[in-house]
Amino acid sequence: MTKSQETQYESSGAPIRISGISKTYKELTVLDSVDLDIRGGEFLTLLGASGSGKSTLLNILAGFVKPSGGTIEVDGVDVSRLPPHKRGLGMVFQHYALFPHMSVAENVAYPLKRLGVPKAEIIRRVGEALDMVDLGRMANRKPTEISGGQQQRVALARAIVFRPRVLLMDEPLGALDKMLREQLQLEIRKLHKDIGITFVFVTHDQDEALTMSDRIALLKDGQIVQLGTPEELYNAPSCRYAAEFVGVSNIFQGSIKNSAFIDGQHAREFKLPLGHAKEGTGLMIRPEHMRVSPAGQITNTIHDQIGATVEDCIYLGSSRTVQARTDAGALLIARTEVPRSPDGIHAGAQIQMHWEAADARVLA
Amino acid sequence: MSVAAGTRAALRQPAPPSFASKIKNFLRIDGWGALVLPLLVFLILVFILPLFVMLQKSFTDPTFGWQNYTAIFAQSVYVKVLGNTFLTAAIVTAVTLLLAFPYAYLMTLATPKWRTVMLVLVLVPFWTSILVRSFALVLLLRDTGVLNSLAQDAGLIAEPVTIIRTMSGVVIGMVQVALPFAVLPIYATMRTIDRRLLQAAEGLGDRPSGAFLRIFVPLSLPGVAAAILLTFVQALGYYITPALLGGPKNTMIGELIVQQVSTVLRFGFAAALATMLLVTTFLLIGLASKYFDLQKHLMGQS
Repeated sequence: MTKSQETQYESSGAPIRISGISKTYKELTVLDSVDLDIRGGEFLTLLGASGSGKSTLLNILAGFVKPSGGTIEVDGVDVSRLPPHKRGLGMVFQHYALFPHMSVAENVAYPLKRLGVPKAEIIRRVGEALDMVDLGRMANRKPTEISGGQQQRVALARAIVFRPRVLLMDEPLGALDKMLREQLQLEIRKLHKDIGITFVFVTHDQDEALTMSDRIALLKDGQIVQLGTPEELYNAPSCRYAAEFVGVSNIFQGSIKNSAFIDGQHAREFKLPLGHAKEGTGLMIRPEHMRVSPAGQITNTIHDQIGATVEDCIYLGSSRTVQARTDAGALLIARTEVPRSPDGIHAGAQIQMHWEAADARVLA
Repeated sequence: MSVAAGTRAALRQPAPPSFASKIKNFLRIDGWGALVLPLLVFLILVFILPLFVMLQKSFTDPTFGWQNYTAIFAQSVYVKVLGNTFLTAAIVTAVTLLLAFPYAYLMTLATPKWRTVMLVLVLVPFWTSILVRSFALVLLLRDTGVLNSLAQDAGLIAEPVTIIRTMSGVVIGMVQVALPFAVLPIYATMRTIDRRLLQAAEGLGDRPSGAFLRIFVPLSLPGVAAAILLTFVQALGYYITPALLGGPKNTMIGELIVQQVSTVLRFGFAAALATMLLVTTFLLIGLASKYFDLQKHLMGQS
């Protein structure tokens, strides 16, 4: 990217305030009074399983779906009653939605023509936008004549060419294969840094959300269950759902009594991290914080520990995943370094799994 | 590759194909393909051969030469019939399109149940004899017919409006026959248009009407072209409808041919008229297939 393009596209992203947005279809509640403040220029991801309401929320933002209640403010202006074409937001769809009867360049020129931009400037800005997504050579091709990844890049160029202050993306990488998806994730992240507008990105893929976002709003059953940075979502999930949806987790169920966690299933007592919540129904330890030692060899007595039998030991190159089951039947997962010499951890072996109290998290 | 290997490869080459297998390859048929033969023989006997007889007669009856063709343009009455034929076909095509396009569009929006109802409404007349339909229209439209009596009784008109034996009568009758041939290809094309494209256009700042005009209409054009071709070519050869609903001023080429064959017995002249109609049709189809993938839009193949 050249300096001139950077200054061309540099603009401030508009903040978005979502207040009490609801959507119901007859008896079905898709969104249940959602409040969300999106900061100007941030990359916010709406993460959730299918049916969580994330796409509906994006479509309400875009104006394609009318909310049953609540308001949307973009840059302090209430846009709740405006039709999509008057909201001035860029939008990228999962299935690209390129116009098949127009060339790549005509597709990208479409929003500029609607704004009545002079012809010479249209040509210049279309060229710039296509260069930004590295597709300058494809300008005269038809959408059917380029690959899926290229089509999605064209859709991106078309969505930003008219310099909207907000870009909405509805699972834009869902139809692409893994390699291409990861490559485009990085490209979109870079694009966000370069043009500085507000990105609202919808995905069901937690890795994608962690990779790309400034903040993630995790949705479940039409409500936001947690809003935070990727680090916050991973390190301090607010509830069992968040812990299970983002990353892999080991969760003991039980309750807090006298500053200790009582595990009901194993009838054990575990230490709690400092500054823990007063109430909780679960204790979570991420696989990378779970250590494993052959039974009887554990030396660290400060760690909490639990005995288990190894079911599987998976070598992943840079790490090793140990799956083990406790006597009470709970499956625990540990991700450890690959030992230099055999350390007695293999399928069928009796082991102790242990962790530092500081790495445990109380779940609401 | 070594020389020996090359020789072996050459030796392994199959013997030159027999004439029968050449034909087989050309027609790309196997044993089952022989099932097409009865139809082929039937078509050759009752369609292709008579076509050549007609072509031959147009140049030889009563004497050898172009006289039958020059005769068409020698008399203004025949030129008028030709002009009237093309004019009527054009009007019928235009009116049919104006009716069929919104109808097909509505079909794409309707729920499956209503779509079936709409489809049946288009097809039922299609399954009814054209003679019955034309006579029904006569009863409906004539000066003392249902429409005129109703309008007079309601005080809408003082005198009956003459529809039968005018261009309007012919157009009404022919449009009614042509509608399914326009609705079906247009609907088939519209059905394949992704409605999310319209949403995308609105998201990019276009009004809903603009998105419709700039995205939906251009994408439905191949179906429209197929509809135009089917309607126009068909309309050129209409006979029963203009004969029943039109007057002497609205004579079309089909009627003229029948008249020449059955009343005047000028077979050569009738053959020349028919040949002209056929050539015109081929030219139109050829022209259309240059711009549109006809196989795709007429037969639903991709």
